[in-house]
Amino acid sequence: MKAAVSQHTLSHLDWLEAEAIHILREVAGQCANPVLLFSGGKDSICLLRLAEKAFRPGKFPFPLMHIDTGHNYAEVIAARDRIAHAIGERLIVRSVEDSMARGTVVLKSANESRNKHQSVTLLEAIAEFEFDACIGGARRDEEKARAKERIFSFRDEFGQWDPKNQRPELWDLYNARSMKGENIRVFPISNWTELDVWQYIEREQLDLPAIYFAHTRPVVRRKDLHGESIVPVTKLTPARANETVEEISVRYRTVGDITCTAPVESTADSVAMIIAETALCCVTERGATRLDDQASEAAMEQRKKAGYF
Amino acid sequence: MSAFERLPEIDNGLLRFLTCGSVDDGKSTLIGRLLFDSKAILADTLSAITRTSQRRGMEAVDLSLLTDGLQAEREQGITIDVAYRYFTSGKRKYIVADAPGHEQYTRNMVTAASTASLAIILIDARRGVLTQTRRHSYIAHLLGIPHIVVAVNKMDLVSHSQERFEEIKSDYLGFTGQLGIANPRFIPISALNGDMIVERGADLGWYAGQTLFEMLESTPSEHGESDQKLRFPVQYVCRPQSEEHHDFRGYMGRLESGEIAVGDAVMIVPAGHRTRVKDIQIMGRSQPRAIAEQSVTLLLEDDIDISRGDMIVKPEEAPLISREIEATVCWLGDSPLDPRRKYLLRHTTRETQARVAGISHRLDLNTLERYAAEQLHCNDIARVKFRLAQSVCVDAYAENRATGAFIIIDEANNNTVGAGMIL
Repeated sequence: MKAAVSQHTLSHLDWLEAEAIHILREVAGQCANPVLLFSGGKDSICLLRLAEKAFRPGKFPFPLMHIDTGHNYAEVIAARDRIAHAIGERLIVRSVEDSMARGTVVLKSANESRNKHQSVTLLEAIAEFEFDACIGGARRDEEKARAKERIFSFRDEFGQWDPKNQRPELWDLYNARSMKGENIRVFPISNWTELDVWQYIEREQLDLPAIYFAHTRPVVRRKDLHGESIVPVTKLTPARANETVEEISVRYRTVGDITCTAPVESTADSVAMIIAETALCCVTERGATRLDDQASEAAMEQRKKAGYF
Repeated sequence: MSAFERLPEIDNGLLRFLTCGSVDDGKSTLIGRLLFDSKAILADTLSAITRTSQRRGMEAVDLSLLTDGLQAEREQGITIDVAYRYFTSGKRKYIVADAPGHEQYTRNMVTAASTASLAIILIDARRGVLTQTRRHSYIAHLLGIPHIVVAVNKMDLVSHSQERFEEIKSDYLGFTGQLGIANPRFIPISALNGDMIVERGADLGWYAGQTLFEMLESTPSEHGESDQKLRFPVQYVCRPQSEEHHDFRGYMGRLESGEIAVGDAVMIVPAGHRTRVKDIQIMGRSQPRAIAEQSVTLLLEDDIDISRGDMIVKPEEAPLISREIEATVCWLGDSPLDPRRKYLLRHTTRETQARVAGISHRLDLNTLERYAAEQLHCNDIARVKFRLAQSVCVDAYAENRATGAFIIIDEANNNTVGAGMIL
């Protein structure tokens, strides 16, 4: 490192880490029964390392929970279980398929993406365990509705986010108070960008699902409103009649539900190469890879109002 | 990637800044310009705002659309809430708080200013110093933002006139002298054309100072408090009680200011017990010292009863311990402050019941005149005395932001309804 402005100043990554640890400890200090949402994706993997830094040598003062759509990549589920096991904390899994069986999730068609229905299962799990706070890995740079959301974001008993009626959030004095049935969503890495996340993964040498790195996969190139998307060919997302299937080198930037997550063309097979690509990247993370957010300009805002993360 | 290069190491930390001004001052255009010129805008975002600009019949791409947020805002053409934007220069990471300029302005600006180290105050070169300029400057000063940059925008609309710039500068200095704002910096810009933002442009040759971007790059990021006293509010106590860590008792928190090293004598306030630092850990790993803004776990020589809400300080630098405080309060709640009611006051990690002991005066932000007040309404700023159920360990806000600040919570609905800065 070259000389910094002041020797008493933390590097940007150290500052972001210290802020996230402070936020996690505030959750532990203020909430009776929190939970950390862990999907096996890169953002929640960073959250686990931050929780280790916040609470070790003690156990985490919360369990981990994954809302599984049943349409996740096998590599991601394997990483989820491997990482949760390595860290020695309790992992709760609740499944959208159970909500479907109960009749609380009704799909419009068998092929409909289950992504937005995670909200129903999440709210059911919050009620089942009486969680008063859910810690998640959402970031403000991901999407414009998120750019306006508080770090401690209040949700009513329907899980709704009301952007016009948010609690003022000043200094680092967070207000996690809620009544029974309501809850607080907490985003410790709100101020991180995609690049910060990758730099942190490199620095901390974090274990990730293999599909974040370049691999060969059958895909089709599909024209849409925004140009062309690379769509993976899977059982859930078969090629259409007129499409040509190609085997190309791709990696995933986000790893959500298979039906709405697309890879990008890349040969980056190490964290360092992904960082170099991310720094030079010319398409936003969700723009490239989340087919659900492109539906309309306000897609995320509408999902959040309905209880989504 | 074939041409694989390492990125330059970011070594200038992080700077949080805020832009003050209304849409008319070109605030959104300025932020859009900073993001655009620093190449923080990605192609899909740019193509989305290009399409929107075309749909709205504009000739050039409207950079202000970059800070356009929610559906409700787009429908009504207003901005609802503080939005945060991120960009990096390669040397430094920036967090920009963008506070909207409509009637809820005070509340939003106070929120955005609470975490900022630098404020850019925008003035429209045609209109000069206005009431709102005074209001923005006062709030920036009240919230203790150490670095103030006055950006005189739309220089292209006043023929890039140096005289006009100097006139505005002297008007501004005329009233900031009263407020006690130290050394504001002035810069002529055209956010629309990009002059003096990142590039110097061709039309402001008479200005020899730094560009706005150069100012951002060179401003120290630590807060301006001269106070470097150790303030370590305890957030959480770690007692694993496992076989391996049978007697482990760690006090977890963040150094809000100052430094600490193993062996240092410390005092726990408000109780006043004294001991020494045995170890400083992060994730079980020991380190000899910790600096301001680091989150660590402290182990102490003696077993003392310490819990969340207590503060670890150095014995010769004790804060004021009191059950009565006087503060400048900004009221944020929709229902007015009712002096007959009890409220909850959160100061560092401590929460206590509070009653209003008196409202000394309310300040009119437009005239800076003081008036008597019985109640406080949303966006009001006033000097208020509180009586507290428990002692708090405080410093004056002007000396230490973290231990001089508090929020007020209404227990009826759990909303944050006020922000206070201790005098």
